Amino acid sequence: MEQRLGLEASIAIAEVVCRCDVDIVAAYPITPQTHVVEHLSELVADGELDAAFVPVESEHSAMSVCCGTAAVGARTFTSTAAQGLALMHEILFIASALRLPIVMAVANRSLSGPISIWNDHSDVMTERDVGWVQIFAENAQEAADLTIWSFRLAEDRRVSLPVMVNFDGFILTHTIEPMLMPDKEMVQAFLPPWEPLLKLDVDEPISMGPVGIPDIYTETKQVQQHLLTQAYGPIVETLNEFAQHFKRTYKPIETYRSDDAEVLLCTMGALSETAMEVVDRRRKQGQKVGLVRIRLWRPFPFEDLYRAVGNVPVLGVMDRAISFGGPVGPVASEIKAAFYHREQRPKIVEFIAGLGGRDVPLSDFGRMFDSLYTTGETGKIPAPTIIGLRE
Amino acid sequence: MHEVRFHGRGGQGAVTSAELLAHAAIAEGKSAQAFPSFGPERRGAPVIAFSRVSDRPIRMRTAIQEPTMVTILDPSLLRLAKVDQGLQPNGTVVLNTSKSPDEIREAFGIRARLAIIDANHIAREEIGRVITNTTMLGAMIAATPIVTPEELEHALLKRFGRIAKKNISAFRRARKETHIHEAV
Repeated sequence: MEQRLGLEASIAIAEVVCRCDVDIVAAYPITPQTHVVEHLSELVADGELDAAFVPVESEHSAMSVCCGTAAVGARTFTSTAAQGLALMHEILFIASALRLPIVMAVANRSLSGPISIWNDHSDVMTERDVGWVQIFAENAQEAADLTIWSFRLAEDRRVSLPVMVNFDGFILTHTIEPMLMPDKEMVQAFLPPWEPLLKLDVDEPISMGPVGIPDIYTETKQVQQHLLTQAYGPIVETLNEFAQHFKRTYKPIETYRSDDAEVLLCTMGALSETAMEVVDRRRKQGQKVGLVRIRLWRPFPFEDLYRAVGNVPVLGVMDRAISFGGPVGPVASEIKAAFYHREQRPKIVEFIAGLGGRDVPLSDFGRMFDSLYTTGETGKIPAPTIIGLRE
Repeated sequence: MHEVRFHGRGGQGAVTSAELLAHAAIAEGKSAQAFPSFGPERRGAPVIAFSRVSDRPIRMRTAIQEPTMVTILDPSLLRLAKVDQGLQPNGTVVLNTSKSPDEIREAFGIRARLAIIDANHIAREEIGRVITNTTMLGAMIAATPIVTPEELEHALLKRFGRIAKKNISAFRRARKETHIHEAV
């Protein structure tokens, strides 16, 4: 059974985490993640969620607690944003290397300085290489659904890796919107209790996290790369099972009106929805524009990307972060690399937009599509452009 | 699609108004959003909140630049900001004031359709405190039927529990005592 409710994505996530019957929530409050952990602590205090809520003194400790509790076989959830995610950085590597199926909701926010509590993707882009599965939600429904799914995937013995669910700070965390909230029976029918293959147990002692001497370290890294890449199969499989169970379908790469498109724009996260609105308006004016929306960021779904882009000659990529002194847009640089060796490859145009909570109105998407058409007509690829920059 | 911008001061319930409107719309089966002007909140400082209500799914993830309605909870804000900025040509300004429409139009240059209510007076009498958000919701519904009054009362009941009765009285009275003045 599902109930249609008006909820912030933050509350929606906390409610489904409760229905997932987690054992441990260890978290430190940080804007704009706050409502997630506040609501979870209420659910624990009210006795609705039979879990230990560990109010730690920092995010470094939060992720450290999560590693410990997941290692003993407890279903573990945390949530953070921006500076908090950055403070977890070194422990994120430990979680993935120890194959601990922690689920973390990241309320995407810009990194300081200057101090900014607002939304962009600079926090998650800094954590690309930590070995976690990373996925993006576009609205409250998806944020809740993908959180449920994350536990299922993380605990799948073929995967056994931590999962990060990214949902845009404020744009989703603080916006009330309608969504379907499944009841506990429905969630638990999809998510059986976790049975870890290995766990810390005083009666059957094992070591986790020993030293990786030069003789073995390389092999452990190869295994990690193999595991995360190979997680693609179980990801698609469990997303299909999710679709059968909840009647909502998610794919590693989503498209929007891309089939006959003349130009495509690649987006990630909640702003994809504004972009869809712009695509509809442009289509009414006769411009065949479409979207490629990256949902699964790690492992990167290369083949899905190639299929989605097809033979379209011009592809714009909208980044929400900057790789300073480097290739400018982190997503664009990966997409360029993905196409480099292919015979059929589009001209790729880089846009940076929506940094630190800067609003991205419809007209900004219009400018991006105009630029893509100009690129198609002139054949000249413009330098990476920051959209909406005041001069 | 209805796009409403609320102007209030921290503590007056502008954000709650936006949320109640969205909850009522969602309960009616419509699509809706409610969101604050993102940032730190301070009691007494000017606050902006937003609601969107539509019969179709809403995909706009942007601030509301061209509202169909602007609701001003605190008359002192008229002097601080151009509150009808971006208002659509057929839009409505819903204003808490004891002044006449002519005085308002002359002092602040507002030409749009006006819905005027002395919400301070009603809130003081019905609720006992000058918290005007639920009174202003009554004025909004009197001006434009964005949601049904029944569904909004239901949202009030859910939100305010034992103090809902006073808020519902203020809401009902506002629906009757709001004066609408067409655009000039």
